[in-house]
Amino acid sequence: MKNTKKNTKMKSKKTFRRVLKSKSKKSSLSPLIKGFIVPGLPHILLAPEKNPGWQKMRNAFDEVKNEIAASGAEILVIYSTYWSSILGHQIQAEPEPEWVHVDDQFYALGSIPYKLRMDSKFAELLKEKCLSRGLQARTTAYKGFPIDTGSVVALKLLNPDNKIPAVIISSNIYSDRAESIVLGKAARDAIEASGKKAICLVITSLSNRMHTTHVPSEKDKIHSLKDHEWNLKFLEYLQAGRLEDASQLSRQFHREARVQKVVNFKPFWWLAGVMGQNNLYGGKLYEYQPICGTGNALVGLTPSLRSARDLEFDEDDPQNYKGERNVLGEKYD
Amino acid sequence: MIVAGALAPHPPHLVYGDNPKQNEPRSEGGWEVLRWGYERLQKNLDKLDYDVLVVLSPHWRTQVGTHFVGVPHLKGKSVDPIFPNLFRFNYDMNFDVKLSEAISKKAEKMGLVTDMMRNPDYRVDYGTIVSCHMTNPKWNKPIVSISSNGAAQYFNLEVMNSLFTKLGIATREAINESGKRAVLLASNSLSHRHFTLEPEVPEDMSKEHITSHALYLWDMRMLELMKKGKTREMTEILPDFTEQTMGETDSGALTWLMSALDYPEYPAEVHAYGTVIGTGNAIVEWSKGVES
Repeated sequence: MKNTKKNTKMKSKKTFRRVLKSKSKKSSLSPLIKGFIVPGLPHILLAPEKNPGWQKMRNAFDEVKNEIAASGAEILVIYSTYWSSILGHQIQAEPEPEWVHVDDQFYALGSIPYKLRMDSKFAELLKEKCLSRGLQARTTAYKGFPIDTGSVVALKLLNPDNKIPAVIISSNIYSDRAESIVLGKAARDAIEASGKKAICLVITSLSNRMHTTHVPSEKDKIHSLKDHEWNLKFLEYLQAGRLEDASQLSRQFHREARVQKVVNFKPFWWLAGVMGQNNLYGGKLYEYQPICGTGNALVGLTPSLRSARDLEFDEDDPQNYKGERNVLGEKYD
Repeated sequence: MIVAGALAPHPPHLVYGDNPKQNEPRSEGGWEVLRWGYERLQKNLDKLDYDVLVVLSPHWRTQVGTHFVGVPHLKGKSVDPIFPNLFRFNYDMNFDVKLSEAISKKAEKMGLVTDMMRNPDYRVDYGTIVSCHMTNPKWNKPIVSISSNGAAQYFNLEVMNSLFTKLGIATREAINESGKRAVLLASNSLSHRHFTLEPEVPEDMSKEHITSHALYLWDMRMLELMKKGKTREMTEILPDFTEQTMGETDSGALTWLMSALDYPEYPAEVHAYGTVIGTGNAIVEWSKGVES
C-alpha cells in the first residue's frame, strides 16, 4: 500500500516535470524578459531630496535602471496611464521626441528637458497587431507632441542614455477589461513578431488620491489608511508574483482605492495581457512610498516556472485535458 | 466689471476647421454651425470694448486647489495629446498677472486653496487656447487663465458646485475692484460622450451627430433654461446633468461662470449648438442687462 502511494507520487512528479519542461520550452521562446510597475510623478526625478521616502523611491529607480541596462533588453514597451486617449489607442512613433516638459500641476518642481528615443518601426508593427486584433489604433509622430509626465519621468530615470529604444502606448479613457487585455495581447504579438527582447513598463500609481490642500513635502503620507491597506494587499499579491490575481482585483481596487477619473483601473489588465494571464511570476517590491498622498510602488515581475497551484488563475486556459497537475504533490519551486 | 460671459467650448476641431495661420494642419472646413456661432459671439464682444478675457479650462486640471497663470507672457506650441492630427497650434499669449493674483487672493480669503503658476516653460493647455482663439482670433487682449480643480472626482458634484460658486464670487469681486472690463469664458462642452472612431476625413460632416438622443434631450433642457433666464435652476441641476451626460460641466467652469455673473435672469443668446465627435457643444452669450 505504502509502495503504491510512493509510486503514484513519483509518477505524478514525473508527469508534472514533463509539463514544466514543456512550459519551459515555450517560455524560452518568449522574448519578454520582465515587467515593471512604475510610478510616474515628477517628484522622484526633480525633488527626491525633499522627502526621505521620495529619495528611497529614487534609489529604487536607480537599482531598476541598472537591472534594465544589464538585462539585454532591446525594447521598452510602455503603457502609460498618464497619457489618455479617446480615439482608440495611440502609439508614440516620433523617433526622437524632444521638448522641455513642465507638469501641469507640479510645475513649481521645475522643468524637464528631454530627448527620448522611440522605435518607430516597432510602433508601426504594434499598430498592425492592434488592428489585426480588432482594436482601433494609430501611431502618432508629431514634433512637439506632449509626452506625458509619467513616461518622461520613467524614461529619464530608467533609460537615461536612451540605450534602449522605447514605445509608449496611451490609455483609452473608455476602454475596459476586454479591450485592455486585447491591447496587451497585441503588444505581445508585436514583441514576438519582432523577436526583440522586451521589458514592459506600466506607469501608474496604486491608490491615486492626492492631497487636496498644500501639504509640506516632509509631511507626505498616503491619503487615507484605507488606501494604504488596499495598496498593501495589492503589493502582497504582486510580491508573490500573482499578476492575474491582481488583474482580477482591478475593478475592486478601482472602487476602493482610486479616485474614479476614468472608467476603470486598467494597467494590470494590460500587463497580464502582455505577460500572460497567470500567476507564474517572481515578484519583487523595490519600494513603496507616498507621493503627494498617492500610493506609489516600484515592482518587478519576472516570468517563472514555479508552481502556484494553490492560487486562482494558476493554470493555462486548457482546451483539452492533458492529465492531472499533481495538485496533491510537492511544490516544485 | 464683468461686461459679458460666454459658454465657449474648446473642441480643437473648430480651430482646425477655421485654418488659422497658427495651426499647422489644414482642413476643408467642418463644424460650420459652431464656427459661425463663434463669429457672432466675436462681433457682439467687439462692441463691448473689454480689457481682459478670463477663462476657466477643463484641460488644465489641478487637484491641489485652483491655479492661475502667473507669468506675463508665454509663447510655444500646443499639440493636442488626443487629436494631434488636428491641433498643433503656435501660440503667443499675454496674461494679466495682476488680475490673476487679485482673483487668487480673493479666493484664498474665502477659504479656497489657490496657487500661481510661475514656470516660464509652462505649456498652455489647449482648452484655454481654443476658447480664446475662437472668441478673439486677433489675440489683442490679455488672458487670465484659471485651472479646473478636480473636486467633482475627489469629492462629488455638489462639492464641485459649492467650490466653484465661491470661485465665481471671488472672480466677480476682484474684477469689480480692478476697475477692468472683463469677458468671462467657461471653456466646456455640455454632454461629453465621444465617438471612439474618427472618420477618415475628420471634417466629414456626414458622420457628425450627437452620440445619443438622451444626451441631446439633456443638452436642450440646459439650453432652454439658459434662454429663459433660469440660470439658478440650471446650476442647481448641474450635478444631475453632469452625471447623466458625462458632462464636461464636471470641470466647474459653467458653475463658476453663473456665479460670477450672479445668475442672470435675462435670456441668454444661444449663438449655436452642434456636435463634435458626438459631444454636445453650445456657444452661449450673457451680456444683456449689463451696464456699459
